[in-house]
Amino acid sequence: MSHDPIAEIGETHLLPPDTTFHHVTESVSRVTENKAPRGWWILFLLSLALAGCLLASLTYLVTAGVGAWGNNNPVMWAWDITNFVWWIGIGHAGTLISAILFLFRQKWRTSINRFAEAMTIFAVMCAGLFPGIHTGRPWFDYYMFPIPNQMALWPNFKSPLMWDVFAVSTYFTISLLFWYVGLIPDLATLRDRSKTAKRRAIYGAFALGWRGSNRHWRNYERAYLILAAISTPLVLSVHSVVSFDFATSVLPGWHTTIFPPYFVAGAVFSGFALVMTLLLIARTVFQMQDIVTMKHLELMNKFMLATGSLVGYAYAMEFFIAWYSGNPYEWHVFRSNRLAITVGEGGVSMAGSYWWAYWAMIFCNVLVPQTFWFKKLRTSIPWMFAASILINIGMWFERFVIIATSLHRDFLPSSWGYFSPTIIDITLYIGTIGLFGTLFLLFIRWLPMIAIAEVKGVLPHADPHHGTPGDHAPLDAYVAAESPAE
Amino acid sequence: MASDQTKKPDEGAEPGSPRPDYGPVALPPSKREPSEALHVEEWEVEKRPALYLAEFESARDVLHAAEKVRDEGFEHWDVHTPFPVHGMDKAMGLGQSHLGWICFFMGLIGCVGGYVMMYWMNGVDYPIIIGGKPPESIPSMIPIMFECTILLTGFGAVFGMLGLNKLPRHHHPVFYSRRFERCSDDAFFITIEAADPKFELEETKKLLKSLQPKHIELVEEEVP
Repeated sequence: MSHDPIAEIGETHLLPPDTTFHHVTESVSRVTENKAPRGWWILFLLSLALAGCLLASLTYLVTAGVGAWGNNNPVMWAWDITNFVWWIGIGHAGTLISAILFLFRQKWRTSINRFAEAMTIFAVMCAGLFPGIHTGRPWFDYYMFPIPNQMALWPNFKSPLMWDVFAVSTYFTISLLFWYVGLIPDLATLRDRSKTAKRRAIYGAFALGWRGSNRHWRNYERAYLILAAISTPLVLSVHSVVSFDFATSVLPGWHTTIFPPYFVAGAVFSGFALVMTLLLIARTVFQMQDIVTMKHLELMNKFMLATGSLVGYAYAMEFFIAWYSGNPYEWHVFRSNRLAITVGEGGVSMAGSYWWAYWAMIFCNVLVPQTFWFKKLRTSIPWMFAASILINIGMWFERFVIIATSLHRDFLPSSWGYFSPTIIDITLYIGTIGLFGTLFLLFIRWLPMIAIAEVKGVLPHADPHHGTPGDHAPLDAYVAAESPAE
Repeated sequence: MASDQTKKPDEGAEPGSPRPDYGPVALPPSKREPSEALHVEEWEVEKRPALYLAEFESARDVLHAAEKVRDEGFEHWDVHTPFPVHGMDKAMGLGQSHLGWICFFMGLIGCVGGYVMMYWMNGVDYPIIIGGKPPESIPSMIPIMFECTILLTGFGAVFGMLGLNKLPRHHHPVFYSRRFERCSDDAFFITIEAADPKFELEETKKLLKSLQPKHIELVEEEVP
C-alpha cells in the first residue's frame, strides 16, 4: 500500500511522483552538453538571418535619418514606440512569474521561471533599442542620462520620458541580477558535470565557487526574497511609467487615468502568451514534457484568461468613459478613429480609419482568451500555441491602436493624415524578433533553461519530513523529540 | 581541450620526477574517465587535513545529522546541499541573515541620493521652469526616487549576499574531493573543518560515523 498524500487531497503531482533529483539535473543539463538538435539549428539560422536584417536596417536608418520611417505629421510616434511598448510589456510576465508568483509561494513557477526571466532580459534589450533610435541622433543618447555633457545641460526630471529612462534601465539591471543570482547554483551543477577543462573553467568562473553551503543558502535565499520583493513593485512601476508617457499628455485617447493598471494587465497578458509560445517549442524540441507538464501549461492559460479579461474590461471601460465623459474630442477618437462609425453627426468614411486594427485587437485580446474557460481548449496544445501567437499579435495591435489612432486625426482636421509603414519600419520590427530569437536560442543551448535547484527544492522528497508518514508535527516539536537534551 | 591534443605527452617523465624547466608540464594520457583527468595530483606537496566530508542519503538524514553536530558544539562546520533544505538553518543553529539591513540602508541611500541628484541638477545647478512648476518641485521626482531606491536595494541584495558569503571563492578544500562533485546534483554533505577547536582526527571521525553517513572522507589541503 503506497502512501500518496497529494492524491488523498485530490491534487495532481507537479512532476511525476518518481522524479529523482538526478533526473532533474540530467534532463536539464544534457541540453547544454549534447549536440544541438536539428530543430535548434533551423530556428537559430533563421533568427540569425533576421538579426542580420536588423543590423542592415539599423545601419540604413542611422545613416539616412528617421525619415526612412513612415512617421510624419501628425503620426510622430508610430511603429517604433509601438514596438517599444510591445517588447517591454512582454518582459513583464517574466518578472511576474519569477517574483510575484515566488512571493505567493506558487511552486509550479519553478519549471518556467528561468525561461521567463531570460525572456524578460532579451525583450527589454529589444525594447530599449527603439527609444534609442527614435531620438533621431542616437549618438547623442547619453544626453538622457544624468552625466555631464558638452551643453552643460541636465536632463529634465519632470518629463515622464526621463522617468522611463530610469524605469527601464533599472528594470533591466534588476532583472539581469535576479536572473544571474538564480543561475549561480545551476552553473555550479554544470561546472561539476563538465567533461572538458574549458567547460569547467567557463561555467566555474560564472558559478563563483558556489558549493551549496547552507551558510550560503541562508543569505542566498534572503537575497532572492528581497529581489522578488523589490521586483514586484518595480514591474508595476515600469509599465505604469510607460503608460505615463501617454497619460500625462493632453491628447484624447491617451489622457486617461485607467492607463497604468490597463498597461500592466496587458503587459502580463502578452508576456504570458510569449512564454507559452517559447515553452511549447522548447519542451518539444528538447523533450522536457516531464518537467514542464500539462499542469503548468494549464495554469498559464488560466493566467492568460484572467489577464485577458482584465484587458477586455479596460477596453470596455475606456470606451464607456469616452462616451460618458461627454468630451467630444475623446468620443471622436473612439467613434471615428477606432470604430469608424459612419452614420450620424460627425460620421466619417471607413477609408481613413483604423477600424481593422481595432477589431483585430478585440478579436485577439478579448475573444481568443475567453476560449480558455473550456478545459478541452485549455489543455489542447495546438490551440494554446495558436492562441498564444494570436494574443501577441493582438497586443501589438493594442499599442498600435493606442498610438496611431489617437494621433492620426487630432484636434486640427487640416493636419489629419494616415500612417503607413515603410520597408524599414517592417524590417526593424522583424529584425528585433530575430535578435530576440538569436539570444534566446543561445540561452537555451548554453545555460540551464530550467531552474534545476529550484525544481529539486519543490520535489516531495526535498522536504526533510518526507518518508516519515504521520510526522506532520511542527519542526520545533520534531527537533525537541529527536535531539538529546542539552 | 585543443591544447591537450597539440602538446605531446612527455613520455620519459616518471611520476615524482622533478619538473623540467621548459614549457608547461604535459600529463600522461589518462585511462580514467575524461572528467577525472582534470584533477592534477602529480605534485609532491606537503598536505594537512582540511576537513571531514560525510555524505548522506537524503535531505532528511542530513538534517537530523546536522542537529547532532550542532549539539556537539562545533563552529567551523557546514552542510552542503543541492538546494536549500527547509529547516536547516534551525538544525544548524544559525540565526537570521543580516542581508535585510544591508538592503535597507542601500535603499535609503538610493532614495535620498536620487532626490539630491535631481534637486541639485534641476533646482540648483541649472534651474529651468517647466510646466509652471518650481524647478525643484518634489512630486515629479517621486518616480525616479522610487527607481533609484529599487536599484540600490537590488545591488545591496546581490553584492551584499556575495560579500556575506565571501564569494567568489574558487579554491575551497571541498573541491579536492571527487565525491563532492555530486553535491550540485543529488548528494548531501556535512563538512567539519580542521580549523574547528573541537576537531580531532579520530574523535570527529567517530562522531560522524555515529551519524550513519553513506561515506566519510578526510579531505586534505596543501600546506601553503
